[in-house]
Amino acid sequence: MLKMTDNQQRFSSGLDIGRLLRPFAGLAVPAGAVIAALAVGAILLGVFGANPLTGYRELFTGAFGGPDELAATALKSIPLMLVGVGICIAFRTGVINIGGEGQIIMGAILATLVALALPDVPRPILVPLVMIAGGIGGGIWGAIPGALKAYSGVNEILSTIMMNIIAGFFMSFLLEDWLIEPGAIRIQQTKRLSHNADLPLLPGGTRLHLGIVVALIVAILGYLLLFRSSLGMRLRAVGHNPHASRAAGMKVELSITQALAFSGACAGIAGAVLVFGSESHRLIGEGGPLAFTQSAGFNGIVTALFGGLHPLFTVLSSYLFGGMLAGGISLQRAVQVPQALVIALNGVVVVFVVGSLKLRTRVQRWAEGDIQMEDRA
Amino acid sequence: MNDFFTVAIITATLASGIRLAVPFLLAALGEAVGQRAGVLNLGVEGVMLIGAFAAYYTALESGSAALGLLMGLVVGMVMGLIYAFITVVMHAEQGISGIGIYLFGLGFTDLLFQKQVGTPRPISGLQAKPFDWLADDTGRAGELLFSHTILTYVAFLLVPVIYFLITRTTFGLNVRAVGENPQAADTLGVSVNGIRTAAIVIGNTMAGLAGAALALEIGIFQQNLTAGRGFIAIALVYFGAWRPVGVMAGSLLFGIVSSTVLQLQVQDVISGSVASIANMAPAVLTVIVLVVVSRRIGQPAALTRPFTRDS
Repeated sequence: MLKMTDNQQRFSSGLDIGRLLRPFAGLAVPAGAVIAALAVGAILLGVFGANPLTGYRELFTGAFGGPDELAATALKSIPLMLVGVGICIAFRTGVINIGGEGQIIMGAILATLVALALPDVPRPILVPLVMIAGGIGGGIWGAIPGALKAYSGVNEILSTIMMNIIAGFFMSFLLEDWLIEPGAIRIQQTKRLSHNADLPLLPGGTRLHLGIVVALIVAILGYLLLFRSSLGMRLRAVGHNPHASRAAGMKVELSITQALAFSGACAGIAGAVLVFGSESHRLIGEGGPLAFTQSAGFNGIVTALFGGLHPLFTVLSSYLFGGMLAGGISLQRAVQVPQALVIALNGVVVVFVVGSLKLRTRVQRWAEGDIQMEDRA
Repeated sequence: MNDFFTVAIITATLASGIRLAVPFLLAALGEAVGQRAGVLNLGVEGVMLIGAFAAYYTALESGSAALGLLMGLVVGMVMGLIYAFITVVMHAEQGISGIGIYLFGLGFTDLLFQKQVGTPRPISGLQAKPFDWLADDTGRAGELLFSHTILTYVAFLLVPVIYFLITRTTFGLNVRAVGENPQAADTLGVSVNGIRTAAIVIGNTMAGLAGAALALEIGIFQQNLTAGRGFIAIALVYFGAWRPVGVMAGSLLFGIVSSTVLQLQVQDVISGSVASIANMAPAVLTVIVLVVVSRRIGQPAALTRPFTRDS
């Protein structure tokens, strides 16, 4: 741009405050959207006869109010982080993965089978083994729709939804038959799995276990894969422009399959963490697949998008969303509004934030001094 | 165990399969209209849940199933207007905002149910069976065809109606135009946003109705009542290649398979675990069908693309 705008001139001397503020101008709109969503939540709280301020204070202190609360939030955020990192990989490759739910389940199943088959392997070996098994289970469940899209042109939204359904029924088949706890009342759950596969608690006296470390390692690996490896470069190139990538000699079909396999593997590890980090240390199918996965397959999509499809920022956004889930419990206790409110609120936040992106682009342009072009258009 | 293979039971199973197909059919037909106009709505499941709760609660309080059905329809319409505002006016990414609508519906209906109803109380479903008088005289075939509530006939009647709407009317032509090439449609003076809004409202209204139909069929509400049916409905649109008759075939497949599995379980022919395996069949079959047909039929060219004049 040759002609400077008023906005730029105002800040052109001395410290360039405009330049410093530019990245934050864009952030103001999603932040506003979150506040608007919280206002909707306040209205709902009021409608149900609760004091909104008390409600939100409880939500906040329940999520971040002390070491135990911070640990509970971290626990809730682990599956979101893992699924979210996987979503970053898939979406960056231009593949929509709605199959997180099924991939979590298949990861959990394979990890459970490994723990059942090798109960006496020492813990330092068995814990990594069940995590890897989870990754393989979820990875296969992701690779199938990936290959179907790449080589047969099957829409991945559709196939991943179908894979979710198949995985859900497969889990209830196994838990009603082969894997059901012997002798007990017929509840859809396995017996207590090998103690050697338990995720050890971290020092500090909270309930936080090794799963958080697993999630952080996966996030860093995801970041290195996407942004610091030639494989990741190819994946992002395919996501950016598959035709140009093909013309440049890349194997687009292979990249698509790899992306969904990696994505599924991350979700599968989340499944393994949900089993071996749970308090009962078993795979439980009672209450349906959604009760086991805690909707992390869907919520992970949300946190990945909030993290700008960047694995490390996804860790941060997952932690904040985990806080809403953890805080919802104390909200329910304090003001007698069911924690389902938090799930509804999550939905409102998503809708408001994605709905405000057009506005955000405008604000960003304004901050960059393009507002005159915008006015003429 | 041979009890299953009597004509009476097979007829009853097929009849119940037709009933179970109704929520799939209504939701998937509506989604097909929206997708034909270029708008993907992944929030069908959420809208179905909201429609289901509205219908359940209204029927519970007023004692009228018909009034419940109407409420399901109205809240579906309202959700349609909201979704149209988000996607058409604000250009929100459709897949993601749909997930947002799903989460909202899942949490909001659970919240309302726990706060307003608490313990599950059953409601009586629709009683109006317009052709019931024909069923007595026409034997098994009569039972299969004439024993349903009015909603079932409306749902199946909507198949030719939607077909006619999409392929034989100006509105349908505009829907297809904005779904395939919105820029060209705009040049010809078609209001792209107007047509898309109308298509979305039709789709969501039908999703709300589908949820209401489900709640009235089951006669109860609980958290996550729809249990993935809304997502299956989206898959059925692809399965049916965006054509009403194909969508109907897919809905009947899912409906009849689940009623058959249920009947086999009730008759003690198969155990619960085998039933789980059998219930996978429609999903597996859908994937196989897609591998076969996907090379032949493409989706609407502008699906998921928001419309702007300068692009």
